[in-house]
Amino acid sequence: MPEQVIWGMEVFLNGLMAGVLYALVALGFVLIFKASGIFNYSQGVMALFAALTLVGIMEGQVPFSHLINATFGTEIHHFGWHVPALLAILLTMAVMVLLAWLVNKLVFQHLVNQEPIILFMATIGLAYFLEGMGDMMWGSDIKTLDVGLPQGINPMIDEVTYGIFGYGFFIDNLDLWATGIAAVLVVALVVFAQYTKQGRAMRAVADDHQAALSVGISLNFIWVMVWSLAGFVALVAGIMWGTKSGVQFSLSLIALKALPVLMLGGFTSIPGAIVGGLIIGVGEKLFEFIVGPLVGGATENWFAYVLALVFLVFRPQGLFGEKIIERV
Amino acid sequence: MKLKLATATAAAILAAAPAMADLVFPDLSYRTGPYAANGIPFSDGYQDYLTLLNERDGGIGGEKITINECETGYNTEKGVECYESTKGEGSLVYQPLSTGITYQLIPKVSADGIPMHTMGYGRTSAKNGRVFKWVFNYPANYWDGASHAVTHILNENDGDISDKTIALVYHNSAYGKEPIRTLEKLSEKHGYDLTLLPVDHPGQEQKSQWLQIRREKPDYVIMWGWGVMNQVAIQEAVNIRFPMENFIGIWWSGSENDVKPAGKAADGYKALTFHNLGSDYPVYDDIQEYVVDRGKAAGAGDQIGTVLYNRGMYAAMLATEAAKTAQEIHDTSAITAEQMRDGMENLEMTEEKMAAIGLPNFGPEFTVTCENHGGNGMGAVAQWDAEAEEWSLITDYFQSDQEILQPLIEEDSMQYAEENDIELRCDE
Repeated sequence: MPEQVIWGMEVFLNGLMAGVLYALVALGFVLIFKASGIFNYSQGVMALFAALTLVGIMEGQVPFSHLINATFGTEIHHFGWHVPALLAILLTMAVMVLLAWLVNKLVFQHLVNQEPIILFMATIGLAYFLEGMGDMMWGSDIKTLDVGLPQGINPMIDEVTYGIFGYGFFIDNLDLWATGIAAVLVVALVVFAQYTKQGRAMRAVADDHQAALSVGISLNFIWVMVWSLAGFVALVAGIMWGTKSGVQFSLSLIALKALPVLMLGGFTSIPGAIVGGLIIGVGEKLFEFIVGPLVGGATENWFAYVLALVFLVFRPQGLFGEKIIERV
Repeated sequence: MKLKLATATAAAILAAAPAMADLVFPDLSYRTGPYAANGIPFSDGYQDYLTLLNERDGGIGGEKITINECETGYNTEKGVECYESTKGEGSLVYQPLSTGITYQLIPKVSADGIPMHTMGYGRTSAKNGRVFKWVFNYPANYWDGASHAVTHILNENDGDISDKTIALVYHNSAYGKEPIRTLEKLSEKHGYDLTLLPVDHPGQEQKSQWLQIRREKPDYVIMWGWGVMNQVAIQEAVNIRFPMENFIGIWWSGSENDVKPAGKAADGYKALTFHNLGSDYPVYDDIQEYVVDRGKAAGAGDQIGTVLYNRGMYAAMLATEAAKTAQEIHDTSAITAEQMRDGMENLEMTEEKMAAIGLPNFGPEFTVTCENHGGNGMGAVAQWDAEAEEWSLITDYFQSDQEILQPLIEEDSMQYAEENDIELRCDE
């Protein structure tokens, strides 16, 4: 088999893995948009905030320590304990639920029935607020996140592919874990949305929140639940991306990777986010591999958007999005 | 009531504005946003050194120093706003710590008559003082850095790298593209193959580039990154088992922030530098005593001795030494921006001077002249020890390849002079 084809297969597989990571970020957007029609600009910052909180809890860092020390002249930074990863994840999740409740109570409850653009603007404000809050709570230094996920080349895949093709494929262990976790997450979310009372209520609110209200569904509860779920997805995305690069403020920029995925997969479909992520991941990696060397490389960012735009021409609602029918 | 309001307003203005006799050093910092982790230690180092001079020596030549901090968020537009809002307050020298902001400020500082110092960044050809009267980039610039990396590789291979391949992994921006021409020229001279691998901003996803490196197996990788791009690149290099000792970053890819996320596996990674490392210098004792212990540190006091803190402190030290030179030249302690420029153009950094300051062997010796605003192009290579969690120099300072660089600088600066109708100086 020609070398280029073998390398192309390796690139294809790595594109799939990268796509899963993009999809993880896109999922959070989809959940909130599906249930409340809000395009949550702060989803990337939520991933950052969740990851910062997780590291802070794991390392026993005192939140707001800089502020406390500057105000009271103290010198406290750490509680002196380390929290195991699993417990820290649970505690972080509790913080994200609290955040969801606060966001709903203080922001969106007051904006019911407002235009989508108003709600969007509110999420921009929320993004800046959360970024500043994360900075004040946990500091802005780069933090190492280690929840026990393995990184580096998977030796088994390396050996097997070497045996077959005479060239060992590089697949990152972290990407394999991310794929497994994303698969479980999507199945759980689909099952939740289709087969549980709360899930069905969530879909009812998404379809028509006034009709849902009239049959006794609590909008507040559903919105807190959806923001909590988005917080959980943000935490998972934050763990995956934070393990790769350290937890730092540029983590919020991962949202940029989710936008073409959403355009392609649709804003309202959980499977759409996954399929969109995979298409974008594979598409941009293969394009970079084949065309990149001819045009000087660095094609991935713009190609993802071009690919999404091409899909939009044929399916404006995205691959799995709901078709918008407006009667005049 | 009106009188009270007017009095209160006047009092507020007087309290906010620096006293006119003060020496004003603006600090265009970034303590927020994606690059804050790098901006904070640099700014802390810059301010702590200036505070030290105030607390220990009563300022410079008897004149107190005022620090005018403005948050840029590493955003070019905000950086320009910061410049515009602070330039009228007696600012002596700007150090924007951003190549993007630098490019925007070059025409502005030239028109306003305020010097700008872009140490190890900015427009490389600003080294030519005949064209760039108000801009300085001593002691080293990007093209020096590219040459330093190649010289180091040459030294490791007994002076012959004609059979080697070098890959440049660079931030796909004006900053990242800076070394390309130099590396191409050096490739013609030394015969190595050069592979260019751009990484799009911000650099969180680099799988394609590192898969290509794994396939093509270059002998060395040089990196021109900033922020998250550095951490991801080092992690990806670890993942594909690229030998760390053959991976060399520019000085903006060589702080503790860049290597710590990869843990022990980053051991052996190299980076260039134009100043020394660590905190084993007498000046740090003074910073502790006069600044930190008195609660006057710019930050939390937890960055002292880190690479970027040292760099910020070095930038402040060079600025204050230039101010002292200006005071000597003009025989006045209350210098203006124009006089500060003269001080910068006559700055001479010797080992005796650095030792007297409490920073022996901290930076290379160099002399600034009317023609040469960039110093002698000296740099060194540092290596990361993951076990000890510290950087240390593994070479002495050595000079970049002036034979290659000087014509490039001449060509680029002359083109700028022609485009902007600049009259050449230093001829008399």
